[in-house]
Amino acid sequence: MNTEIRPVLTAIGRIILGKERQVRLTCACLLARGHLLIEDLPGVGKTTLAHALAKALGLDFQRVQFTSDLLPADILGVSVFDRESGAFKFHPGPIFSQVVLADEVNRATPKAQSALLEAMEEHQVTIEGETRKLPEPFFVIATQNPSHQVGTFPLPESQLDRFLMRIQLGYPDAAAERALLSGSERRDMIDELTAAIDPQGLVELQRRVREVHAAPALLDYVQALLAHTRRSADFITGLSPRAGLSLLNAARAWAFMDGRSAVLPEDLQAVLPPVAGHRLHAANGYARLSSDDLAGKLIAEVAIP
Amino acid sequence: MSIPVAENLSTGRVVALIGSLALVVAPHAVRIPLWIALIATSVMILRAALAWRGRGLPPPRLLVVLAIGSIVGIWLSFGMLFNRDAAVALLVLMLCLKMMELRSLRDAVVLILLGYFLVITNFLYSQTLPMALYLLGCVWLITACLVAFQYRTATPDPRPMLRMSGLMLAQAIPLMLVFFLLFPRVQGPLWGLPQASASALSGLSDSMSPGSLSSLSLSDAVAFRVEFDSPPPKANKLYWRGPVLWDFDGRTWRGGDAAPRIGRDIETVGTPIRYTITLEPHNMRWMFAIDLPAQRLEGALQTQDFQLLSIRPVRARQRYAMSSHLDYRYGANEPRRNLARALQLPEGFNPRARKLAADLYARSSTADEVVQSVLALFRGQPFYYTLVPPELGRDGIDEFLFETRRGFCEHYAASFVFLMRAAGVPARIVTGYQGGVLNPIGNYLIVRQSEAHAWAEVWMGDEGWVRVDPTAAVSPMRIEAGIAGAVPAGDPLPLMVRTDSEWLKRLRFSWDAAANGWNQWVLGYTPERQMQMLQRAGFARPNWQNLAVALMAVTSFVTAILCMLLLARLRRRVPDPVLSPWLALQAKLTRIGLGPRPGEGPMHWSERAATALPAEVADRLRSLADLYVRLRYGRDRAKGREVAELRRGVRALRV
Repeated sequence: MNTEIRPVLTAIGRIILGKERQVRLTCACLLARGHLLIEDLPGVGKTTLAHALAKALGLDFQRVQFTSDLLPADILGVSVFDRESGAFKFHPGPIFSQVVLADEVNRATPKAQSALLEAMEEHQVTIEGETRKLPEPFFVIATQNPSHQVGTFPLPESQLDRFLMRIQLGYPDAAAERALLSGSERRDMIDELTAAIDPQGLVELQRRVREVHAAPALLDYVQALLAHTRRSADFITGLSPRAGLSLLNAARAWAFMDGRSAVLPEDLQAVLPPVAGHRLHAANGYARLSSDDLAGKLIAEVAIP
Repeated sequence: MSIPVAENLSTGRVVALIGSLALVVAPHAVRIPLWIALIATSVMILRAALAWRGRGLPPPRLLVVLAIGSIVGIWLSFGMLFNRDAAVALLVLMLCLKMMELRSLRDAVVLILLGYFLVITNFLYSQTLPMALYLLGCVWLITACLVAFQYRTATPDPRPMLRMSGLMLAQAIPLMLVFFLLFPRVQGPLWGLPQASASALSGLSDSMSPGSLSSLSLSDAVAFRVEFDSPPPKANKLYWRGPVLWDFDGRTWRGGDAAPRIGRDIETVGTPIRYTITLEPHNMRWMFAIDLPAQRLEGALQTQDFQLLSIRPVRARQRYAMSSHLDYRYGANEPRRNLARALQLPEGFNPRARKLAADLYARSSTADEVVQSVLALFRGQPFYYTLVPPELGRDGIDEFLFETRRGFCEHYAASFVFLMRAAGVPARIVTGYQGGVLNPIGNYLIVRQSEAHAWAEVWMGDEGWVRVDPTAAVSPMRIEAGIAGAVPAGDPLPLMVRTDSEWLKRLRFSWDAAANGWNQWVLGYTPERQMQMLQRAGFARPNWQNLAVALMAVTSFVTAILCMLLLARLRRRVPDPVLSPWLALQAKLTRIGLGPRPGEGPMHWSERAATALPAEVADRLRSLADLYVRLRYGRDRAKGREVAELRRGVRALRV
């Protein structure tokens, strides 16, 4: 395990109990400079995870609660006429922070959603003709209720693709839940959390992740996985080239967190469910499979070259 | 009670299999009794519906009852005689009943093998090019089904199976060619069965009554195809001589009891033209040749009136070389008996024609004058050439000559000969074909049944028998341009002789050239040709032992080449010096049940295997896995020393 990342994981692990894998994936997503979508029911600790992550990494944190009357300006910011200086003054919105929690992103209208998603893609926003850079590192965690709930606008596939990973938190197991119930207030614990790394250090780690080696044999494997999703009739659409890049980047981050300088097939397999899950659609017959099962099926069907 | 169906027989596959088998059986549908066709159709639909709804199958007891019932039914339909038709009907029925038993992979394979067999049975009835292509398609489909059943998981996309099936068939082509060329062939159709359908073949017959030729002229079946050694003669010379008709009973003209030719009372001018005829089976004995055949033919006798008669009815396609004289004179010394026969007429028929003939006779001094005045009559009076003439009654020739005046070549030839005989000139009817269409693509002449024709021969003393074609007097176009140019627009014409758009004509010619090539090269590959080929290949006196040796040698050679090609492809797939020892290691551990699971990565697998192994071996396995992962996935290029170390380590590992 990489020594610079381990304290971060330990710190978050003390607050989010029994979810080591999801916490690790969240960190890998951040290190791979991707954005994260958490899809789960209310109250399983989505906000707490985001908040704890920001705190442990020493990043500033903003939360936007998405509602159906949210406007793009509420996210991006707005210019207001300042009577004293006699000029318009820009009031930056919550998007101008290093970790942005877009809570219940699927409750806002598509217009507000696309404002957020464009900022995620470009790492900059253009307001009233002026382009403004977003801070680095910039990490968006969006949460979304399962879309069968009332009053939601599910993200279209093209926008789901902008998230590097989609994870589910799920209910804690009995032991973790007991510890949660008997422990102290999570909010206080987050307040007490100290940063294990500074933003500059995080940017440096992100740079080193990009240098993790992917051998030709491994690229063969990535291509075999992609080709299988495109060829097999079990999937409605195959994975895009962007999905392939995302998969490789996430696997690099995963290998890096494991303290290795080269990606192994196991790294790909570890990040395949969250990276590919929201990009794959099973053909009829497998529609009931969860994205994890679908990814497991993909792994089992493609021989490692 | 119903029985569930195995998992891997997904709905799609079962329906696809039933559909493919239905296509195989489809050509049989008109050959088997109606009740079997109905049962087969409904069973297939029922089975497909059961698969669609995901229902179980009927219990075996019911199937046993049905099977016994169908055997009894076939016995009732065909009697004790177990021939080709009964066997095919039984096979079709049993195939359908087996579908009702399709519950496991094994049943599916049995069905597919039965399907292959039924493909062969189709060739018992038809060996044409379209049928061969159709059945090739069927083989492709059922092979794709065979491939599909080998997949463990349901895969609704049929394309990979179709591709794989096509590839397998393509790989089989070299062996197919070897077997086609070298497998010992037997004379005639392989099955040597009497061709029941031969009676239904169309062609000329040994009698002619009003309507018999015009009905033939609506058929576009090919009578024969001709390749000329030199440019073909003009259309008005192409009289293909067939049955010669002498006797008239008032309605029907008949030939028969023709004596073999003995004399040599023939004078010819110039060299004969040479050509080769491929005669389609017509179940009669005539072999056609251009008037006048200049040579005798092996296996056929030549009659006194120059018909060529095969010893046996022509039941299979036959190819023979012929030559003919276009300028000739013969029959000057015709026996009296024949001339008397060429003058006889039944009493009490066609009085008006007789009276006309008597008038003509009275006005003319020579036979030629009689001929010319009758031809002038045909030309001068409003006679029409048509394929749909009005019906004629008892005195048909009277009605035709004086009332309807609309007819086909048989009407003109018959009334002409009648008038000749009534006027005392010996005459007879010759039937056969006139003209033919040159296929520019294969450069051969196609003569169809629609070109059937009848003309007259008149005996003129020293001139001998002279051909007179009264149809030419009425409709010169019939002789110059073929039947399509002669009939008025609106008359029915067979599809194949219509003159319409150029590309359609080209298409028809290409198709006929393909069919002709198929007949000549595939169906016409007889034992004789096979032996000739062997002779050319260097066997001095080829026999079937030579064939067997050649077959074995070439088969092994072709198989070896195919294997080498496939192996080379396999070897190209594993070029990696790091991967091969690793695969060897996996194989080693697979033998003791610790092989990698599908998709299991090297680290996960070695760790799982290590926990199941004794500590010392486990450590070595782990270090080998580390080494492998470093060499294969690491940043640095694999060094020869390390690769050798991996190879040694794998070889040394004892499990």
